[in-house]
Amino acid sequence: MPTNLQSAEYDTVGQTRWVWPGFALPGVIWLALLFLVPFYAIFAIAMGRIDPILLRPLPEWNPLYWDPSVFAGVLGDLFGGRTGVVAMRTIAYVFLASALCVLIGYPVAYFVSRRAGRWRWLWLMLILAPFWINYLMRMMSWVNLLSPDGQMNQLLGLFGMTSLPDWLSGQHFVVVLGLVYGYIPFFILPLFAALDRIDDSTLEAARDLGASSSQTFWRVTWPLSRNGVLGGLVIIMLPMFGDYYTPTLLSGSPRTRMIGNTIDQFINQTTSQGAVGAALTIVLMVFVAGLMAYYLITINRATREARR
Amino acid sequence: MRNQWNKPRGLVLVSALYVLWSIIPVAIAVQFSFNDGRSRSTWQGFSTQWYVGDPADAASVLYDPSLRSALIQSLTLAVLTMLVATPIGVALAIGLARWRGRGAQPSNFLMLFPLVTPEIVMGVALFLVFDNLYDFVPFGTWAQFLGHVTFSISFVVVIVRGRLFAIGRDYEEAAMDLGASPWEAMRRVLLPLLAPALLASFAIVFALSIDDFVISQFLVGPASSVTIPVRLYSGARLAPPPSLNALATVLMVVTIGAIATAGLVYKHLGRRLGGGEDSALETVGRFEI
Repeated sequence: MPTNLQSAEYDTVGQTRWVWPGFALPGVIWLALLFLVPFYAIFAIAMGRIDPILLRPLPEWNPLYWDPSVFAGVLGDLFGGRTGVVAMRTIAYVFLASALCVLIGYPVAYFVSRRAGRWRWLWLMLILAPFWINYLMRMMSWVNLLSPDGQMNQLLGLFGMTSLPDWLSGQHFVVVLGLVYGYIPFFILPLFAALDRIDDSTLEAARDLGASSSQTFWRVTWPLSRNGVLGGLVIIMLPMFGDYYTPTLLSGSPRTRMIGNTIDQFINQTTSQGAVGAALTIVLMVFVAGLMAYYLITINRATREARR
Repeated sequence: MRNQWNKPRGLVLVSALYVLWSIIPVAIAVQFSFNDGRSRSTWQGFSTQWYVGDPADAASVLYDPSLRSALIQSLTLAVLTMLVATPIGVALAIGLARWRGRGAQPSNFLMLFPLVTPEIVMGVALFLVFDNLYDFVPFGTWAQFLGHVTFSISFVVVIVRGRLFAIGRDYEEAAMDLGASPWEAMRRVLLPLLAPALLASFAIVFALSIDDFVISQFLVGPASSVTIPVRLYSGARLAPPPSLNALATVLMVVTIGAIATAGLVYKHLGRRLGGGEDSALETVGRFEI
């Protein structure tokens, strides 16, 4: 490793001072124009006006002229209106699905990372497989299975069950299980990585000091993997809160509508409501940022405690 | 007392059930793409008619105009995105790793942001900006291409940066001590060492783009700009023929091809060129933020 003195010398040699920002420049400009500006456009539309003739939202780029009336209307609807019901349902679905992901995913990640033995590589391939398959294909497969003349009903028919519900219209549990099915691989993988990093000698030390296997798990393995669980939860919860395709494909009924469906509808289908869609997107963003902040604070605290 | 080396039967059972649950539905969907009949639930024998069947029926992936155009659109977008996002991302990774001035920190933040932004937010943002500000960009291929590059850049940076840190600056400095100019050191020492990460990035960006649904759907324009995932989304609930399964299977095979290439290249070149241990799994682990 070069010492600081050497690097300082090195940086003054030739043109290196502006070379590195130059390398970063195209990417930074691209992200500024196609990530930051679009991000700002959400606010400009949400706080803009409605064109009186064309009845479409007009962006207001100057924050001094922002009109918060649409945003206030959305907030009002969110606390006590119809959107509030959709938001609460979204939160319930996401938390339920995430809890199921932990319940199913933890044992699988634990087994594959620490106990799978000789066939570990095969198990790893199998839990990675869903990553290589498009999300929409995986959902479409369930639409096939659950359709009225699909394999699920054929199978249940064999057991004499005939008066079956229509799985694909407004069943809460179908949507929640669909979310679990869709996102659980993204939970398992970071958890697998975290469990995989635990040094075997730590566990052996616990056993040598007389801990039983369940004590070893609860007092060593679990605390050491908690950050992996949290990381996996963040990875699946971010996209789940914005999901709209899973409920559309597996239900399509207003009974199972999530907040993503409302945004999708206001932006993609009824363009005159673009401002409402943009305002809801801001609400979603703030909510998700809150989760993210909670995660970062927890991780920070955990690392500080570990250092002490 | 229970022995540590006891067979964990319960764990094996849960894991086996999980794997079956995760794979069987897709396996059935693939199976029925080869069905010799229009049903997607009653097996009528093996056939490839839904892939390459008669041009006259126009019912196979190859001859149904909407399926064929979705396949072409997905491949076009993925190749374009790969060719543009990878160089930009590699340069950004090198720049961010070495730039020490003011502006380095904010740029780094800007790069991390797309990784933690829910796709729907990015979709809404891009839709609104192309609708209201950059209205010279038509919805469809152009808008989708710009959107795909935008979300891909950060992934390239994460992959390349891992490799950059593993390589360190020693090789480059040695080259310069031996008389190479900074440019030569970069071109003849750093870039070859980065080759595995570079090729892996190409493949990962290709896979990310071809796999994307949300951005493609928000920025879709004329019917010809419908990609495979968007086509699956709009067709899945309309009692489609097995040709839709065939289209999905083609997408799966192409994606697996891209990712397997990335993995093999990364492993092979990484070992041959040396310059620090760095496994693909570690790269994934870094997404824990």
